[in-house]
Amino acid sequence: MKILVAIKRVVDSSISIRVKADGSGVDLDNVKMSMNPFCEIAVEQAIRLKEQGVATEVVVVSIGAAKAEDTLRAALAMGADRAILVTTEHRAEPLGVAKLLRAVALEEQPDLILLGKQAIDDDANQTGQMLAALLNWGQGTFASALTIADGIATVTREVDSGLQTIALPLPAIVTTDLRLNTPRFASLPNIMKARAKPLRKATAEEFGVDLTPRLKLLSVEAPPKRPPGIKVASAAELVTRLKAAGALTP
Amino acid sequence: MTTLLLAEHDNKTLDPRTARALTAALALGGPVHVLVAGHQCAAVAESARQLTGATRVLLADDPAYAQALAEPLTTLILAQTAYSAFVAAATSTGKNVMPRVAALLDVMQVSEITAVLGPDTFQRPTYAGNAIEAVQATDAIKVVTVRTSAFAEAKTGGDAELVRLAPAVDPALSRYVGSAATASDRPDLTSAKVVISGGRAFGSQQQFDALLVPLAAKLNAAIGASRAAVDAGYASNEQQVGQTGKIVAPDLYIACGISGAIQHLAGMKESHVIVAINSDPDAPIFQYADFGLVGDLFEILPELTALL
Ligand SMILES: Cc1cc2nc3c(=O)[nH]c(=O)nc-3n(C[C@H](O)[C@H](O)[C@H](O)COP(=O)(O)OP(=O)(O)OC[C@H]3O[C@@H](n4cnc5c(N)ncnc54)[C@H](O)[C@@H]3O)c2cc1C
Ligand SMILES: Nc1ncnc2c1ncn2[C@@H]1O[C@H](COP(=O)(O)O)[C@@H](O)[C@H]1O
Repeated sequence: MKILVAIKRVVDSSISIRVKADGSGVDLDNVKMSMNPFCEIAVEQAIRLKEQGVATEVVVVSIGAAKAEDTLRAALAMGADRAILVTTEHRAEPLGVAKLLRAVALEEQPDLILLGKQAIDDDANQTGQMLAALLNWGQGTFASALTIADGIATVTREVDSGLQTIALPLPAIVTTDLRLNTPRFASLPNIMKARAKPLRKATAEEFGVDLTPRLKLLSVEAPPKRPPGIKVASAAELVTRLKAAGALTP
Repeated sequence: MTTLLLAEHDNKTLDPRTARALTAALALGGPVHVLVAGHQCAAVAESARQLTGATRVLLADDPAYAQALAEPLTTLILAQTAYSAFVAAATSTGKNVMPRVAALLDVMQVSEITAVLGPDTFQRPTYAGNAIEAVQATDAIKVVTVRTSAFAEAKTGGDAELVRLAPAVDPALSRYVGSAATASDRPDLTSAKVVISGGRAFGSQQQFDALLVPLAAKLNAAIGASRAAVDAGYASNEQQVGQTGKIVAPDLYIACGISGAIQHLAGMKESHVIVAINSDPDAPIFQYADFGLVGDLFEILPELTALL
């Protein structure tokens, strides 16, 4: 069984970003970039399935600037077998990304595609669902557990009311939530080995996919600041203050 | 120019987030119809009929929709062809279904809008709420999910007409196996007026419950948690507040033993009054707190509970 994992290069989750003063976007110059944390979880899950003998090959794919090669190498260092980099000049939106991933999937014919549930930059939470739609496959989103047996993926999903378990005949799409696993760190020897692993480069145009954005970005602003608060000395003072602020109406 | 709003429910009651999403749907300018898809959910449709502003309720009552699986729900929504906009609350169901609908309409979804600036122009947070985008959706059909904490509930008192829908063909791409919901008599996190959240500092599930449940009972509060508290098993996943959990904006939010990572702040910083209790005077959460109390929560929380 072959697994395809879609990974995105994003601003590192520890960074507090700054909005550009002219309102045109977020300042990404000299900002630390990393693999989207949910994508790391997806890569880890694919590698575990290979280690368990369920999967035979793990292919990672990323769409974006040439620098996304670093992110793909990081996935190869974790244990993925080969990588596909699709470069584009556009600010790729989930719909365009899903169309490209569909094109890649038609070539690669994976049995399972893993994605993160959400990219922590655009916070869209769309791409996996869109890809499932375009391929007419079943989708198991927000997965906190995944087992594969007899051509069926059983997915436990984190939903608003708790957990929901569904069964999907393969091929299928699964998007990862935080508690699916804890991703490994790549060892130095594996980082070295990853440099020699195959990485194919292509452009969005070669796949015949138009990535022109459908959402026109009009402006980007920093959120309004909250007025500074005060420190209280005790639980009793807290109660007095909350009552005075009208925040304790029963 | 009619909008179809997907109702959020558990087959028994209409989730209040639907009324909030309706406010956003009405702001698009056209008439709004509400789709109630479920099984044995007539009571939900009845509640939806009473939402002020909705002119029609479409009821699809069939076992195929009992668990709100994405694939059959998508087919049903796409069978409703007379609409120029499809809207849902950004619940786990809305987030699961709507992008599937959007892709098949060849539309780019606008996720988690926090304001409607015009019929095709929306505000939405990105980067954990640290960059607020204004975007214009250029597709002819709009597909939108709504961050319900940013919109007021539409009132009740309406009397929409009820139309029954035949089920659409189930693509049979997924099968429901089971669910696990944590039993709780606390109010729902997304609709409670008061939310008390606990973090890693509690050290165990026993201490988490022993300190927070009595306080929550006094304040009629919902209990939330940081990711660290959920990962450690002190609280369950549906209690996680944050960028990748639930977004809340109650009248009062009390963060106990939570440091205030950007991912947590993303889920609660729009709360009206924020209280932080933390032993570290430099914890980032204090920068967002209206009232900060530096100290040991194991002493402070029982004191606070006794005072209320
Ligand atoms: C992709 C991604 C998504 C994430 N999504 C979320 C999310 O949705 N929600 C979320 O919450 N986090 C999320 N996180 C995690 C987030 O980055 C933080 O790690 C997490 O919020 C920390 O939880 P915490 O504040 O409970 O723990 P810590 O950061 O460890 O803070 C514990 C706090 O307790 C205080 N403390 C210790 N003992 C006491 C005591 N006795 N009395 C009082 N105070 C005490 C300490 O001073 C400290 O400030 C995400 C992270 C990533 C990478
Ligand atoms: N440019 C991209 N390249 C590869 N995968 C992507 C890209 N954008 C999104 N994805 C995948 O889709 C997931 C969800 O992203 P989003 O829908 O943008 O929140 C990510 O975690 C990735 O797995």
